[in-house]
Amino acid sequence: MGVFKDAGHLFRFLAIFVFLFIAFWVIRGFVVPKSFGKYGHYRAASIDEIAAHPLHFAGHEACETCHVDVANVKKDGKHAHVNCEACHGALQKHAEDPASLTPTKPDTATLCVRCHEYSAARPKNFPQVHAAEHSTGLPCETCHQPHSPAMTSGGAK
Amino acid sequence: MSGVEGYMYPNEINLYWSVLIVLYPYITGLVAGAFILASLERVFNVTAVKPTYRLALLTALSFLIVAPLPLQFHLGHPERSPEMYFTPHSTSAMAMFGYVYLWYLMAVLTFEIWLDYRREIVLMSQKSKGLVRVIYKIMTLGSNNISERALHIDEKVSWIVTLVGIPSAFLLHGYVGFIFGSIKANPWWSSPLMPVVFIFSAMVSGIACVMVLYMAVTKLRGKTIDMKCVDTIAMYLFYTFIIDFSLEMLDLIHRIYEADESFRTLDFMVHTKLYFSQIVVQIIFGTLVPLLLLAITQLVKLPEIARKRMYAVAGALTLIGIFAMRWNVVIGGQLFSKSFLGYTTYKMSLVTKEGLLVAVGLTLLPLAILWVLVKLLPPWTDGHSAEGVAAD
Ligand code: HEC
Ligand code: HEC
Ligand code: HEC
Ligand code: HEC
Repeated sequence: MGVFKDAGHLFRFLAIFVFLFIAFWVIRGFVVPKSFGKYGHYRAASIDEIAAHPLHFAGHEACETCHVDVANVKKDGKHAHVNCEACHGALQKHAEDPASLTPTKPDTATLCVRCHEYSAARPKNFPQVHAAEHSTGLPCETCHQPHSPAMTSGGAK
Repeated sequence: MSGVEGYMYPNEINLYWSVLIVLYPYITGLVAGAFILASLERVFNVTAVKPTYRLALLTALSFLIVAPLPLQFHLGHPERSPEMYFTPHSTSAMAMFGYVYLWYLMAVLTFEIWLDYRREIVLMSQKSKGLVRVIYKIMTLGSNNISERALHIDEKVSWIVTLVGIPSAFLLHGYVGFIFGSIKANPWWSSPLMPVVFIFSAMVSGIACVMVLYMAVTKLRGKTIDMKCVDTIAMYLFYTFIIDFSLEMLDLIHRIYEADESFRTLDFMVHTKLYFSQIVVQIIFGTLVPLLLLAITQLVKLPEIARKRMYAVAGALTLIGIFAMRWNVVIGGQLFSKSFLGYTTYKMSLVTKEGLLVAVGLTLLPLAILWVLVKLLPPWTDGHSAEGVAAD
């Protein structure tokens, strides 16, 4: 018994620990969102919240249903795998109701160099030009067809 | 672009880890080092360093309280930091470290200091008046039991706490080395030796810090410095420093011999951008000169005054040198491009959230906390502290 009496103060310190520990769990119960951890290390309810965000991109399949001509040109060209909206910008609204919004034509002076201006950070085999020398100030589309840009001997491809 | 040479990827041009991230391992290092010095006395019964035992514990506590602040300033949104405790991710070293930090703060340092001071706290709570009395009363946790048996139990428990504390101190600082050493994308950091080097440099800086603090504070109090104590600490400083230096050299030799694809870039960096902070400050003035001074005091029998001066100079240089080491690790690791084709420059700001002023403030803050702690819990063994406790 004597040991417990003389070690009493140690139990007081221990009590602080236990108290803090319980306080931690109580606070945790309040502040951690209920759906946290249901699927993984995140709040499961956030999925619905994100799904409720308005859409901005329609996806190329949508564009291709109406602009069959462009899609046909594009699918055999070098830009076959470049998405429509990568150049035209987000157009969900236009895809839903074409009359509500007529897209402006992209300005090739800023558009093409975004991907094709020479940069050491790009993979070596990616086609790149020093635009100022290459086009000598002419708009890119005087020579390249945006939807099928390669210029092989057989004409626009 | 000014400050950029050669080719940098766009996201590498500005450094994200600022001087505060230099300060962070520096401060945690001082904590671990000071604690390990204190545990020497306890566990290995080195009575000569007893005069610094309590000072070392209080130093460790005041630096530990400040240790997370650089991160808070760096990250911003301090209100979000508890989330790390509430929903920790098991793959996050940082989250796991949060628990080590709390454990170390509560179960090791605070507990150990409380046990060690309990007798004084109880006596002071009976002697003092007013608000001070309330503070001491709270610190007694309502138990006035300072019977011989109770104190004997404290002694035993405290020994165990120290024993647990040593691996905790290694863990605390090993982790800081670990977060750098485990970044495999950065050849300047990625090395399994990193945690070990960090631990030993932590011990070096912590020992130097307590030694310098002890000498300075004793001088300020107008007391005589216990030379036997300082001699012993200096000897420990010398030996740990030799181990630390050997480890860093081992790392260096390993890198030179391995000479992987990053070597030429890093070598060039050490000879240009990092020349001053690495070669001049860290290696020459921060390591070789203090090692030489300490070696002289070990080999030659010098008069007391000369030894004191040499210890003070060696201690101060060591503290600067270890800071430079942290600087070179943290800042150096961000100066070169992952393409190995270019270098950028770190421009320290002055009054911003992560600027020089905040860094200086955070360096001085532990000293202010220490001042308060020393007032509240006098660590002196030379009679001064007994003044308040003389009654027994
Ligand atoms: C429901 C059919 C439909 C869908 C889907 C659709 N469009 Fe259109 N688009 C039209 C019509 C119709 C016009 C002509 C509207 C006008 O002239 O006002 C048009 C016009 C355009 C124009 C302007 C042509 C010009 O001559 O200036 C562009 C560019 C365009 N669409 C791109 C896209 C892209 C990119 C997508 C996919 C995100 C897309 N469209 C999806 C029907 C559609
Ligand atoms: C590489 C970038 C790029 C991609 C990818 C691209 N476009 Fe275009 N598109 C342009 C440019 C640039 C113009 C404007 C040409 C001009 O000014 O004459 C344009 C013009 C158009 C026009 C106007 C009519 C025309 O043919 O000139 C339509 C419609 C159109 N694009 C639809 C699409 C659709 C649908 C897709 C996806 C199948 C698509 N675009 C993919 C760059 C692109
Ligand atoms: C979103 C990025 C992107 C934009 C914008 C873009 N391109 Fe391309 N371009 C590509 C990709 C991807 C390829 C295919 C590269 C490959 O085949 O490896 C390509 C290929 C080409 C090629 C064929 C190069 C060859 O191998 O012969 C030409 C020419 C070209 N683009 C010109 C243009 C022009 C002109 C524009 C502006 C209208 C443009 N690009 C805009 C991504 C882009
Ligand atoms: C005066 C005509 C002309 C203009 C204007 C022009 N190009 Fe070209 N471009 C060419 C020719 C010719 C080729 C080589 C054709 C080939 O090999 O397919 C070429 C090739 C390319 C290639 C492929 C380079 C490679 O390494 O495979 C790219 C990318 C390219 N151009 C981008 C552009 C961009 C971007 C612009 C606008 C800034 C532009 N071009 C303007 C004529 C032009």
